[in-house]
Amino acid sequence: MLPEARRNTTTAIMLLGIVACMVGLAFASVPLYKLFCQVTGYGGTPKIYVLNEDVQASGAFINVRFDANTNAKLPWIFKPKKRVVKVQLGAPKLAFYFAQNLSNQPVTGTATYNVTPFKAAQYFGKIDCFCFSEQTLRPGEQTLMPLEFVIDPKILTDLNTREIKNITISYTFFPVSKKANQIEMDKVAGLHRDKTQL
Amino acid sequence: MGIEASKSVSHTEDHAPPSGWRRWIYSTNHKDIGTMYIVLALFAAILGGAMSGVIRFELMFPELQLVQNVQFYNVMVTGHAFIMVFFVVMPAMFGGFGNWFVPLMIGAPDMAFPRMNNISFWLVAAALILLLMSAFVQGGAGTGWTVYPPLSNADYHPGPAVDFGILSLHLAGASSILGAINFIVTIVNMRAPGMTMHRMPLFVWSILVTAFLLLLAIPVLAGGLTMLLTDRNFGTTFFDTAGGGDPVLWQHLFWFFGHPEVYIIIIPGFGIVSQVISTFSKKPIFGYLGMAYAMVFIGVVGFVVWAHHMFTVGLDADTRAYFIAATLVIAVPTGVKIFSWLATMWGGSIDFPAPMMFACGFIFLFVVGGVTGVALANSGLDLAWHDTYFVVAHFHYVMAIAAVLSIFSGYYYWIGKMSGYQYPEKLAKIHFWLFFIGVNILFFPQHFLGMAGMPRRIPDYPDSYSGWNFVSSLGAFIAGIATLLFFFIVWKTFSSNQKVKSNQWGPGATTFEWTVESPAPFHTHEKLPEMKSSL
Repeated sequence: MLPEARRNTTTAIMLLGIVACMVGLAFASVPLYKLFCQVTGYGGTPKIYVLNEDVQASGAFINVRFDANTNAKLPWIFKPKKRVVKVQLGAPKLAFYFAQNLSNQPVTGTATYNVTPFKAAQYFGKIDCFCFSEQTLRPGEQTLMPLEFVIDPKILTDLNTREIKNITISYTFFPVSKKANQIEMDKVAGLHRDKTQL
Repeated sequence: MGIEASKSVSHTEDHAPPSGWRRWIYSTNHKDIGTMYIVLALFAAILGGAMSGVIRFELMFPELQLVQNVQFYNVMVTGHAFIMVFFVVMPAMFGGFGNWFVPLMIGAPDMAFPRMNNISFWLVAAALILLLMSAFVQGGAGTGWTVYPPLSNADYHPGPAVDFGILSLHLAGASSILGAINFIVTIVNMRAPGMTMHRMPLFVWSILVTAFLLLLAIPVLAGGLTMLLTDRNFGTTFFDTAGGGDPVLWQHLFWFFGHPEVYIIIIPGFGIVSQVISTFSKKPIFGYLGMAYAMVFIGVVGFVVWAHHMFTVGLDADTRAYFIAATLVIAVPTGVKIFSWLATMWGGSIDFPAPMMFACGFIFLFVVGGVTGVALANSGLDLAWHDTYFVVAHFHYVMAIAAVLSIFSGYYYWIGKMSGYQYPEKLAKIHFWLFFIGVNILFFPQHFLGMAGMPRRIPDYPDSYSGWNFVSSLGAFIAGIATLLFFFIVWKTFSSNQKVKSNQWGPGATTFEWTVESPAPFHTHEKLPEMKSSL
């Protein structure tokens, strides 16, 4: 190889390395993005608290509203037991959601959640929640699902959040996503989606 | 390798280009590949232009007339955007003029990797075919060029159309990455003696910056598209909330690519306009280094402003404040460029042939679009203007019609060098005025429509928007006639027998491409030219 050609190849390989790094970064962004949301409360992602003695109860109260949504594909009733509760800052609080499976077969669901206003999320700590794991209901089964949380009193000292009087925590229940092989099986059985419809 | 080496030895002998279809299909010659890119861009421009014609015909009056199936309208909007971005502007400027003139301007005999250059072109051609196929299968892809899930996922676009679109973008992306590597290696390693980085023509600088933007941005798009493809077909849930994914992540990935992409479109235009204005003012460009590094700076900052496209997704106040500030900063290097062009003209001995008129028109359009861009950068205003025709007017001014004016400027500037024939000056000037007036009548009223709240991507609208929509459509027809005139001019140029000299523009044209004869012979700069005077 001529020396110029070798130099060109070297440069090209370096540039290909940059391309590979960027592809890697694009895929790394998926876990990084999740981590970033959990650490910063970005997009209304509440913190997960391990209960310890650091947080002291304060005299102040804030209204917490509970919101519930159900994905159309999930045959459940899902609603909060109480719409609003007054919560003492720094004191752990227990709340319940009601759920019932309306279908005649067992259904597994999982809930996504966020907090509005988004900026309150970093002070909204979940100690325990039904949304941490998948929930399975037998046909017709009714259940109360618990949520234990605490609101950090620091919410009152943060310039951006001290005017907050209401926090809404919202849940959306989805049927647990089918695994790829199940989708393939459904496709064979013509269940997955009817491509002739469009 | 032995065969390669012996071939490259025989290449130094003077020989005629291979004849017939072999010359084009197997081409490894930077000028022939550049020509093919330009022809492809012209062909795609007819398609993309026809699609915008459907859009403007439909929007001329309220209610649905031409378009009865609204998904068809969505497909037109999507196809217009993809074709214009990936198959008209990028092939014309980066692939076309870039291939033709980067080696000529830096005094290199060809690109660093001529065979890779060939595959870059044919990948784009294949990508265009895939994109067109996507429009004809099961309703087509009506996702808009942003391809946001959930609209683009299997629930709302169940057919294979979106998959065709994704694969088309993968091919176009692969082509761009290979092209970018080729340009960077060529520019870094193959400059003529005496041509330091700081003495390269600004067009070469613009291609270098664009190539780096492609290199960093396209892989992110490719990653995101792959995730979307597996979400659609293999049951992953990267962007599906039900499986713990987040559709907003797609928006972050897309715009991390998408914002640099708009600079990929316009920066080669900066380069062309710099050459043209310097040539016809008969002065070196004002503030050469500032001009070069303004492009670098625009490229760098372009990677950290992406979320200004997604102010409405619920970013908190501090995040929006950052993205507003970073976005507004871009006005500084852009302003440096605008004022340097004006300062280049200031006191110059200016001629106004067609390329110079298009370059001046470019400056005007780019300033109008830049001003609305500064307004849109403010999240408070953007929350109201998001997805309205104000945004449509803004980005068409900067990255559509300004880019197209710079392409026309480059075309008239270099067509003598590329073909050897003189273009008809009077017709070219008529072309300029028709096109310039047409596009302004087309897009300026869309600011009013957007401020009044008319949403984009909707084929119908309330009666109260009918007036300016009518005017806008008239402008589109004027611009359409101007484009037909352009194709007539192309035919006229190639059927004329008026030859041009090697330097048709006189003392203002100082770059290397004007030292070779017109049309540029098949092999040029086989003996490296030496750069003596500074720019």
